[in-house]
Amino acid sequence: MSEPVSMGEGLMSPVVRRVFGVLALFALAALVVVGLFVAPPDEVQGDAQRLMYIHVPAAWLAYLAFGVTAVSSALYLWPRTRSFVWDRVAGASAELGVIFTGLTLLLGSMWGRPVWGVWWAWDARLVTTAVLFFLYLGYLALRRVPAALDVRAKRCAIAAMIAFVDVPIVHFSVTWWRTLHQKATVFNPDLNAEIHGTMALALWIGVLAFTLLYVYLLDLRYRLEVIEEDREERELEAAIADRVQGGMASPETVGVGS
Amino acid sequence: MSVFQEAALVAGKDLRIEARARVISQQILPFGLIVLLLFAFALDPDRGVLQRVAPGLFWITVLLASLLGVSRAFSVEAENGARDGLRLSGLDGSSIFLGKAVALAVELLVFEALLTVGVVVLFDVRLASLPALVLGTIAATVGLAAAGTLYGVLAAGIRARETLVPVLLLPIVAPVLLGATRAWEASIDGVPGDAWPWVALLGIFAVLFVGIGMLAFGPLLEES
Amino acid sequence: MPLVVRLRSAVCLLGRFPALAGVDLDVAPGETVLLSGGNGAGKTTLLRLVAGLLPLHQGDGEVLGTDLSRDRRSHRRRIGFVGQDTGCYDDLTVRENLRFATKAAGASTEAADEALAALELERLADVHHGKLSTGQRRRLGLAIAFARHPDLFLLDEPHAGLDAPGRAYLDRVLARAAQEGRSVLIASHELELVRPFATREVVLTNGQAHGALPVAPEPAAALEPVETTP
Repeated sequence: MSEPVSMGEGLMSPVVRRVFGVLALFALAALVVVGLFVAPPDEVQGDAQRLMYIHVPAAWLAYLAFGVTAVSSALYLWPRTRSFVWDRVAGASAELGVIFTGLTLLLGSMWGRPVWGVWWAWDARLVTTAVLFFLYLGYLALRRVPAALDVRAKRCAIAAMIAFVDVPIVHFSVTWWRTLHQKATVFNPDLNAEIHGTMALALWIGVLAFTLLYVYLLDLRYRLEVIEEDREERELEAAIADRVQGGMASPETVGVGS
Repeated sequence: MSVFQEAALVAGKDLRIEARARVISQQILPFGLIVLLLFAFALDPDRGVLQRVAPGLFWITVLLASLLGVSRAFSVEAENGARDGLRLSGLDGSSIFLGKAVALAVELLVFEALLTVGVVVLFDVRLASLPALVLGTIAATVGLAAAGTLYGVLAAGIRARETLVPVLLLPIVAPVLLGATRAWEASIDGVPGDAWPWVALLGIFAVLFVGIGMLAFGPLLEES
Repeated sequence: MPLVVRLRSAVCLLGRFPALAGVDLDVAPGETVLLSGGNGAGKTTLLRLVAGLLPLHQGDGEVLGTDLSRDRRSHRRRIGFVGQDTGCYDDLTVRENLRFATKAAGASTEAADEALAALELERLADVHHGKLSTGQRRRLGLAIAFARHPDLFLLDEPHAGLDAPGRAYLDRVLARAAQEGRSVLIASHELELVRPFATREVVLTNGQAHGALPVAPEPAAALEPVETTP
């Protein structure tokens, strides 16, 4: 019944996970083909516009991962559904989320340079994404603080929920602020209604590919977390047995948390 | 005892300690004034620039001071096992939260009042329309105090808490900085009526974080 | 009569270290139980577990009718915990700290003043906590616990740092607790000082409780020194 030590139990069976992985690979390949070659270059922006095909999916994932972290945190905190499964999902999703958020900002910057001539624009969406990035960093810093598993889980879950509640406020206040100061609509790097045809296709392939990739990576990261927890559990049992026999273990040797 | 009576007890305790230790008046206020001075060094007192950005500089200084205030509010609880004392006291988590947040808000308001004098003098700012400015400031301060107290207890038992709280708190209170600065700008230079929507935003933030704090403080205190 | 404390196979962790590795303990109403054992045996952890300050990792635990695995807080008002720290604030005076602690527990200011008198702290009432000596702080800790009129006293090495007069106060608190039918769980190295009051002794080694000495004869009068046979 027990899994081999090399792979912890995940959110889905290894077969399903591999299917996701393969599909993601195909979708990414399709994205490269359609995005780089099939879709036409933009009239105004030229080939630089193709960055949108990864920038927008990355942004989508940044917020999706955040949502997953928040929902899992809520499920952990709710007594009836409390389980370390949700804590692991929250942590794994946050790690993926911070990467995609960073990617979004980087790509936004890369896209902006040839198009607007600047590395950064104080556009509402970019600013909100930047704040999101820092919220993620804070959450991950909190996760790295050594503590008992349930203490860490509760603390991080509460922090995630507070951040989740804060994001709409940030978004709303920043959007309002920027619309009051709107200089020109050219500073608007998102979907405009003019996109259709192969450009829209490329975008949707991108969103699909990134989502599949996210699910695949989430399961992998989750399993890693399970393996680590198993190891700690085994160390604890050994420590208990050792102590019962009057062993030399002490808080210092086992590493008491903060 | 009701939640409010308990909160009053805790707030009274915190404020009495502050009155004795005088950390606000002897350390945090000078810090604030020095920061204002440094802003002038950095931005060159071409009177025009400083005057225009004075609201922003004021609120950034308040934000930084609030980090110190939060740190102080919880270092008080770190001595002599006072956190254990609070846990064993039988006081409700929400009451302790309200009490500490109110005390912090009062301390920040005193700091802000004195800092305003500094801003008016150093940056030659003229305060025109007061109601929106005052209400906005109070709402912003309550929100800051609530969020600060919440993150203060979250990090209370952590060794790296001095560097962790800023990383956690500052992104969260970015809307407060935004709203308070806009409200001040509207009240000083612009159309005073423009300030009210921002004051409303600040009010919502404050109510939200007081609510969250009342819910989450108790559980967080248990684990700290 | 229901037990005041009932632990079965209790495991309690400090971080990842199993400070308690399966403890069985009973404390009946009105009992004074002496908890002895070497350093690192888990005495402090046990007291903190009973106070609800630490979670129960495994096993059963019930204190004053509260199931520790479900609720660690409800019973705290009925407990008087005296640890190595007072839980007080250095910038407040003895009286202010005492009043805060008693009001927080729902008791009146009279109870605070009464405790002040019982532990003879009136002389120090307006001294800041930060200026007190260790012995004086221990007395304040006892006063705070005393003022709450708890059903269960949890005392962690209360003799440490106490001078002879200080010990007299402690003896007085122990005697009065026994008189009023309150239970006491006291962890101490000063076995000879506590044994006159203890109805039972439990030895803690390596996070487990071992046996109990037979019930002591009627406790000697509180303030007389105990005669020991070499």
